[in-house]
Amino acid sequence: MKYILMMNTMKSGSQGFDRWSPQEIQAHIAFMIGLNKDLTASGVLVGAEGLALPNEARVVRAGKNREPITDGVFPESKEFLAGFWIVDVEAPEEAYAIAARASAAPGVGGEPLNMPIEVRQVMSGPPEEFV
Amino acid sequence: MTTGLTSQTERLLRELAPKVLGYVARRFGDFNAAEDVVQEALVAAVTQWPGEGLPQNPQAWLIRVASRRMIDHQRSESARWHRESQSMHFGYLSATGRDEDAERDDSLALLFMCAHPALSASSAIALTLRAVGGLTTAQIAKAFLVPEATMAQRISRAKQSIKSSGIPLRLPSADEWSARLRSVLHVLYLIFNEGYVTSTGPKLQVLQLSHEAIRLTRMLQRLLPNDYDVMGLLALMLLNDARRLARTGGDGELIPLSKQDRGLWDKAEISEGVALVSAALSSGSVGMYQIQAAIAALHDEAGSVEETDWEQILALYDVLKRMSDNPMVNLNRAIAVAMVRGAAAGLDLLDELQTQPHAHYHRLDAVRAHLLEIAGDRAGAVRYFRSASERTGNVAERNYLLMRAAELAALSGGADRLLGAARVSRAASVMQDH
Repeated sequence: MKYILMMNTMKSGSQGFDRWSPQEIQAHIAFMIGLNKDLTASGVLVGAEGLALPNEARVVRAGKNREPITDGVFPESKEFLAGFWIVDVEAPEEAYAIAARASAAPGVGGEPLNMPIEVRQVMSGPPEEFV
Repeated sequence: MTTGLTSQTERLLRELAPKVLGYVARRFGDFNAAEDVVQEALVAAVTQWPGEGLPQNPQAWLIRVASRRMIDHQRSESARWHRESQSMHFGYLSATGRDEDAERDDSLALLFMCAHPALSASSAIALTLRAVGGLTTAQIAKAFLVPEATMAQRISRAKQSIKSSGIPLRLPSADEWSARLRSVLHVLYLIFNEGYVTSTGPKLQVLQLSHEAIRLTRMLQRLLPNDYDVMGLLALMLLNDARRLARTGGDGELIPLSKQDRGLWDKAEISEGVALVSAALSSGSVGMYQIQAAIAALHDEAGSVEETDWEQILALYDVLKRMSDNPMVNLNRAIAVAMVRGAAAGLDLLDELQTQPHAHYHRLDAVRAHLLEIAGDRAGAVRYFRSASERTGNVAERNYLLMRAAELAALSGGADRLLGAARVSRAASVMQDH
């Protein structure tokens, strides 16, 4: 079963990096690299991407002539997707465990950030007997 | 394509692929079909050679197999084609010892077609790697970190646009030669850059794009040994690639030029690059690639950022600016100005650049941050390092810029967070690592 683990962040500074010390930033980056390495090594990682900060983010809708109508820039308080992992696991509990690990990434003073990570199942194709 | 093959044979197949493809495509006048049958011939080689041993003339073997498949293919398509292929049949089946000029033209014509200016850059890159580089679709997809199906589609659309726009598989005429060669060099340059800048992919990358670009440019240099632009491009690639081991740390983090362990730089590549660029420049030929290679050579030959011949580098950027007044050149020139005439002079230039439309605002911010740091304005440097980190699309660069902002903030924020001596003269890193 595939799950997407979506990490959200507020627009104002990526998790407030502004106030972090170099060591704290380094620890955070090392943690994320280590997590991805482990997920790759254990064969569950389907994909992972970090998104650029939403400074220039726009929401786009089609207008009358299907021309793009853009909305943005958005207020600092709005939540944005910061990055995601897609994992292929046997049971949802495994996905929750991975999400919890990511959520506890270290922040200021090495304390876990406990970021909210939204876990959603990725829909699959038809079962094999129908293919 | 590696199963049961020695790497030597695999190299041989990749050397031969463009020659065989160029030959078959030109003989039959159908690039798409030729591409398919050459792939089939390569597969046949991979399955048969390990058991039967290397044929006496591997190239003729591949041409024979591909041509037979082509005939079968055309036979099933139409009677008209059938007649034509039959009439051509005898000409090439005996193709064993071939004329060197014809062989050279086949490979060149293929390169010119794949890098045709009518194709989009991504199409031209994919097609060049596939048709000239002899890479499989899976290998190319992996190098660009996209799904194989996506890359397969990109390649097939590229072939489609060649077909529909009627781009011929032939050498350009004398009057269009230099413009067409420019697009070939540009595609090779883009392939190199893709591999050189995107150092953030998974560690176990099968294919290093920058090395493939070097391999193809070497091939082109063998085909056109007296072309100084080709020489300059090859030199530029080698002189940048020489620093590859020193450019990133264990976790893929970016290490700027000023902090690189210069002992890790590849001496052999540097001396080859220096020899090439010297030969090109002493001929009096000063193209964009030669100038950029000369700048890279000055960095490569310096023992440190401080010992670098910035006067000379600035002079070269002045030449470059006259040739192409583009924002990247201007930005890099501002760094050289700062190194020669002081940070304030560099910052003045940046103010001018700020008003021009710019595709790389985060670079402008990053360079400004470095120059402010040199000028002693820590708070300003922190502010611009941060805004640069928010604007970049590259993870390694984002992390680097965030770290620099945090380091400087710690230095000005209090003794408890002092990290060590302030590091100035880092400015050079920004321009060298794009």
